[in-house]
Amino acid sequence: MTEMLDIVASVPFWIAVLRIATPLIFGTLGVLLCERAGVLNLGIEGIMVAGAFAGWLAVYQGAGLWTGVLVAAAVGALFGLLHGALTVVLALSQHVTGLGITLFATSLSYYAYRVSFPKITSPPTVNPFGGTHLFDGVPAIGPVLSAQTPLTLLALAIVPLLAYVLYRTPVGLAVRMVGENPAAAEGQGLSVSGVRIGAIVAGSALMGVGGAFLTLSAFNAFYFNMINGRGWICVALVVFASWRPGKALLGAILFAAFDALQLRLQQSAGATLPYQVYLMIPYLLSILALALVARKAAYPRALMKPYRKGER
Amino acid sequence: MRNLLNLRLEARPRVPLAMALASPFVAVAFTLLVCAGLVVWAGAPVTRAYALLFESAFGSRFAIGETLTRATPLILTGLSCAVAFRAHFYNIGAEGQLYLGALGAVAVGGSAIALPAPILFPLMIAAGMAAGALLLVVPALAKTRLGVDEVVTTLLLNFVALLFVSMMLDGPMKDTTAMGWPQSVPIRPELEFGKLLERSRVHVGLIIAVALALALWVVNARTTLGYEMRAVGANARAARFAGIPVDTVMLKTALLSGALAGLAGVGEVAGRAGYLTLDMSPGYGYSGIVIAMLAGLNPLGVVLAAVFVAGLIVGADSMSRAVGVPTYLADVIVAVSLLSMLFAAMLARYRVRWS
Repeated sequence: MTEMLDIVASVPFWIAVLRIATPLIFGTLGVLLCERAGVLNLGIEGIMVAGAFAGWLAVYQGAGLWTGVLVAAAVGALFGLLHGALTVVLALSQHVTGLGITLFATSLSYYAYRVSFPKITSPPTVNPFGGTHLFDGVPAIGPVLSAQTPLTLLALAIVPLLAYVLYRTPVGLAVRMVGENPAAAEGQGLSVSGVRIGAIVAGSALMGVGGAFLTLSAFNAFYFNMINGRGWICVALVVFASWRPGKALLGAILFAAFDALQLRLQQSAGATLPYQVYLMIPYLLSILALALVARKAAYPRALMKPYRKGER
Repeated sequence: MRNLLNLRLEARPRVPLAMALASPFVAVAFTLLVCAGLVVWAGAPVTRAYALLFESAFGSRFAIGETLTRATPLILTGLSCAVAFRAHFYNIGAEGQLYLGALGAVAVGGSAIALPAPILFPLMIAAGMAAGALLLVVPALAKTRLGVDEVVTTLLLNFVALLFVSMMLDGPMKDTTAMGWPQSVPIRPELEFGKLLERSRVHVGLIIAVALALALWVVNARTTLGYEMRAVGANARAARFAGIPVDTVMLKTALLSGALAGLAGVGEVAGRAGYLTLDMSPGYGYSGIVIAMLAGLNPLGVVLAAVFVAGLIVGADSMSRAVGVPTYLADVIVAVSLLSMLFAAMLARYRVRWS
């Protein structure tokens, strides 16, 4: 028990927590934005793969790190546009389209990786983002924040920004309206399809950046299976967060804390269980969290309901 | 842009049969056209690459044997998804259920239980099916009792199932003679499925899979359960008003779906490998989703779609070695076919009008 307290009280632990949480924050906010507009985006897992690959490839070919981030966002947005065209304009099943986008984005990224690097044995690397050291000298949280890369700080900054946009601006009102009551939004002269597609494109761009964090910050190369279910966890976290940006941040950090803790317990001398048990914990926790909040989950009322003008 | 978005979808009063039948082929043709660009990008001649792909999938006795061997688990995972999707239970966990099914088969077939083979054989199959079904109990109950979306829970359980299998292969079920490679103990040789074709790997599992497709078609079209599953899928609220026990039907559907995916795992162990490894399935569970959609959730269509996808996997392998196009082309083709199939099926059902 004291061992566990020592871990949780240490600076390296919290540095790791924020690092693990970053892609989840980007992904969760992305899913949140799509779902607030009434669209389930199961393309996230693949969009994160595509963002991770495209951002990294751009940097590998000589672009700056921030250009790489922009490329990842643009690629994410493109897949979002495809998702929007299929689910919003053509009203296809959001479940199946999302899974299709995930399969498409993942296989396309792997294919492109193999075409670009046919005969490599070890993955080529780039020079990733480093710590910002902006908070050196600040007591308590200073060392934790200073060690973070700019993308983590960006993720933390987007949380209040998204909350502000959603709750305090006409754009945010429009997004929430098409997700709750599209017919009323239409009556106000809004284009339901336009707002929904905009939200999906912006949300997917965030997912792309979340993927790029892994190849440009957390690691310095692209690996197969590197997203490893992170996208699906974001979909679960949004329900846990009741579609609120602040709670989404909290959920991502809580999840990351459990993940960092299991990693350390797994490596500690007293570990008696097989390592797989520790690795299972994050997935089982996500399922448990879903079950716990399910009763009072306030789903956006038009979630997964395609809108067709004039239909009731 | 504004005009483009303002389209209306008018349901056709009757879907013309020709359109319904043609849509999968149009979708696949469109896919091959799109993916030709990727082949060019990889620097390979398109017609030769596609010709090689087709030849190595269907062009010889050996090729057909390999394709049918691959198609066997795919038919079962395809049926697993088709059955579930029909009742609007989105089981995306066939991959995990397949692995647990394989684990169940090894647990019985590789154990030291001193029972004669004719008794152990059905037990082995039942254990695999039960293990697959068991994995869906939590998602099904969470959906019917608490309203938890099953997509996320079944997806997440894939990871849990694989880790569990990995744990078993490191621990109690490890084959200690396998030089430290994580591999399960083999099942008893007399429990293995018989071969269907000489000098090929096609096994009895194929017959079982096709028979189940037929059986499910009958269940779907001719039985009360099939009617109830369709009713729940079409409109759960209306079904409840009509006195159909929606939750029970949902649970039954989930168990059936999990058992089918589990059986796919049994077949891979007993029909092909003889033991279980962690790389046994190259995503058969996920391909099952695509196969079910390509087949329009029709059990007989699943057989055809599974052979198509199996042919792609087998063909892409040899084609890749011959002209240097990455094997991931098969996955791209499968994904694009899924999206274009959805699109084509929609066009068959609806008329698009711009207002």
